[in-house]
Amino acid sequence: MSKEKFPEFVELIKSKGKLFGPVKQKEKYSFEEIKDFSELDFDYQRTIISPKKFITPAKYSTLRFVKFGQTEVLPDDEPQIVMGVHPCDIHAIKILDRLFLGNIKDPYYAKRRENLIIIGHSCLPDDKCVCQSTGTDMVEDGFDLFLTELDDFYLLWVGSDKGLGIAIEAENLLEENVSEEEIQEYVRWQQERSSMFTTSIPSYKYLADIIHLNYDSDVWEQFGEKCLSCGTCSLVCPTCNCFHVDDKIMMNAEEGIRERMLDSCTLPYYSMVAGNHDFRPDRTARLKLYYTHKLKEYIGRWGQPSCVGCGRCIAYCPVDINVITVSNALFEEVCETQEVCDQ
Amino acid sequence: MRNAAIAHNVGVCTPNNAKIIKITELTHNTKLFEIQLEDEHSNNFFDYSPGQFVLITVFGVGEIPIGLTSTPIKRGSFELGIRKVGNVTNKIHQMNVGDIVGIRGPFGKGFPIEENKHKDLLYVCGGTGYFPIRSTFLYAIARREDYGKIMFLYGDRCPTDVLFPDENDDYKKREDILFHQSVDRDDDKCWEGNVGVVTTLFPNIAKEIDPVNTVVFVAGPAIMYRYVIIELEKLGIKNENIYLSLERKMKCGIGKCCHCGIGDKFACLDGPVFSLDQIRGLLEAL
Repeated sequence: MSKEKFPEFVELIKSKGKLFGPVKQKEKYSFEEIKDFSELDFDYQRTIISPKKFITPAKYSTLRFVKFGQTEVLPDDEPQIVMGVHPCDIHAIKILDRLFLGNIKDPYYAKRRENLIIIGHSCLPDDKCVCQSTGTDMVEDGFDLFLTELDDFYLLWVGSDKGLGIAIEAENLLEENVSEEEIQEYVRWQQERSSMFTTSIPSYKYLADIIHLNYDSDVWEQFGEKCLSCGTCSLVCPTCNCFHVDDKIMMNAEEGIRERMLDSCTLPYYSMVAGNHDFRPDRTARLKLYYTHKLKEYIGRWGQPSCVGCGRCIAYCPVDINVITVSNALFEEVCETQEVCDQ
Repeated sequence: MRNAAIAHNVGVCTPNNAKIIKITELTHNTKLFEIQLEDEHSNNFFDYSPGQFVLITVFGVGEIPIGLTSTPIKRGSFELGIRKVGNVTNKIHQMNVGDIVGIRGPFGKGFPIEENKHKDLLYVCGGTGYFPIRSTFLYAIARREDYGKIMFLYGDRCPTDVLFPDENDDYKKREDILFHQSVDRDDDKCWEGNVGVVTTLFPNIAKEIDPVNTVVFVAGPAIMYRYVIIELEKLGIKNENIYLSLERKMKCGIGKCCHCGIGDKFACLDGPVFSLDQIRGLLEAL
C-alpha cells in the first residue's frame, strides 16, 4: 500500500468501530480515541499504558446487585479498534489471553477481547527497548492486521479472519503483488532494525536459574530498601494483570456494585489474610515476588516468561528498579559466586 | 482427585443466591452456618471433595474464600465454619437464619480421600484448620470400613477456642479412632487434657504409625506446618503422602487475579491442598 492511500485506509477502519491510536500528549504518548487522521502519530517508542487498558481496564464493574438479586455486568458490545500497537504489546496481549482465556474463561475479558481489533505497527527501538533479548521483537500472530512502515510504502500482514475481512474491503487501496525489490527493501529494513538495539538483558535464557540461585541473595534486600512500593511498575507493565475486587454500596443502602481494579503485588497488604497474617510483609519480599513471578514462575505455568521487553519499567520506575538493573545485579551476583560468566 | 466442579447456572464470577438455614454457635467468635442454594435444583448438583472451598459473598461488604466443613456425602446443603476476624466475617456473624448470601464454587482441589482407600489416615489440624479437616474426617468415618487406622491430632489456642467439643468427646470414646487433643495454653486451669502445641501430641501415636501405609492430611496456621513436617519426617512418612491445605489471600477463585500465587502454582486452581512433594521445591510455600 502506498503512503498516500494510508489516510483513506484509516477512514475505512474507523467505520468498523471506535478507533484508538497513539497520540502525542505533551512529551508522552497515549492510546486515545481518534477523531481525525491528523491526530495519529506513529513515530513513538512506547505509550505510558499498554493496550491492556482496552481488555483489562484499570477499573470496571462486574456485578450489580439490589437487595435480593444480582446481575452480571458485561462490557458493551461495541467494537474497538486499536491502531499502532507494537510487536512487544501484541506479545503481551497473547500472554494475557493465555491467562484469562485458558483454563476457566474469564467472561469480562473474553467479551472485551472479542470486540477488539488489533492493528499492529512496526517500530524502531530506542535505548530502553530490550525486546530483542526477550524474543518479542517480531510478531507472527496475535494481531488482526499488521503494518510495516518502509520508506514510501506500507507492507500489510493479515493475521485473522477479521483482518482479512478488512483487507478485502480495502481491496482498491492495496496492491496485491509485492515486488522482489520491495521484499528486499523489507529484509534490509529488518536487518537494520535488528542492529539498532543497544540494550540487552544478560543471559536472559538462564535468568530463571539465576533467580533461583539468588533467591536468598542480598541483592533483593538492596532493591527492597530502594523500592517505594508505589506500584508504578505494575501499572505500566503490559502483562501485569492482578486485580483487586471490591464491593461498593450506594447511598440508599439497597443497591451496590462489585468492581475489579488493578492491583499490584508491590503494594502493602497484597498478601495479607485474615488474622493479620501477611505472607509478604516487607518491600523486599513483594519486589522479589514481582520479578520472580514475571521472569521465572511464568515459565513453569505458561512456558515463557512474561516480560516482553517493552522498556516501560525502565522508563517509569522512579527509583530505577527495572528488569535491566535487577537482572544485571543478579547476574553479577552469580558471576561472583559461581563463576559462570562465560555463558 | 476431583477437579473443581463448578455448579453454576450463571457466569463463573456471579454468585448464586443461597440461604442460611441453620446457625450453630461453636465458640465466642466462631459459628457454623448451614447453607442451601436458593435454586432447589442446583442443590443436588452441588458436589465437592473434602478440602475444597467456596467464595461467600455478603452483598455490599465483600467476598471471601471459606473451606467447606461438611462432608460431601450429605447432600442438599453444606456447612461453613466461620471465625469472626474481618469485615465480611463480622457481617456474616450478624446474620440470621433465612438471610441471603452469595455462593460461588466449589473451587480448587481437595484432599485425595477417595484415592487413598485402605490406607491409615492421620489428621493433624490447628485452630480453624479443623474445618476443612473435618470434611474429610467425616467422610472417612462415614465409610469407616474403607480405611485402616484413623488418627486425629487437634490443637487449639485455649480451652474456650476448642471447636466441636461434643463431637470430639464422642470420637475420643470410639475405639476405632485415635483422637488426641491439646491446647496451647490453659490460663484458667480448666483443661483436663494435654497442654502444648499440636506437635506435643505426636508421641501418643508414634507407635501406631506405619510409615509406608499412612496418608497425612494437615491444615492449620502457616507456622504450624513447619513443625508438623519435622515431626512427620521423624516418623518416616514420605513427602508424597503428606497433604497440606495452604491458605492464601484470594479474590477471584479462578486463577485470574494472581493473589494466591505460590511459585508457579495458584492456591485456588492447583490447591488449596498440595502434597508436600508438590510444594517442596516452591519458594515461599512454607
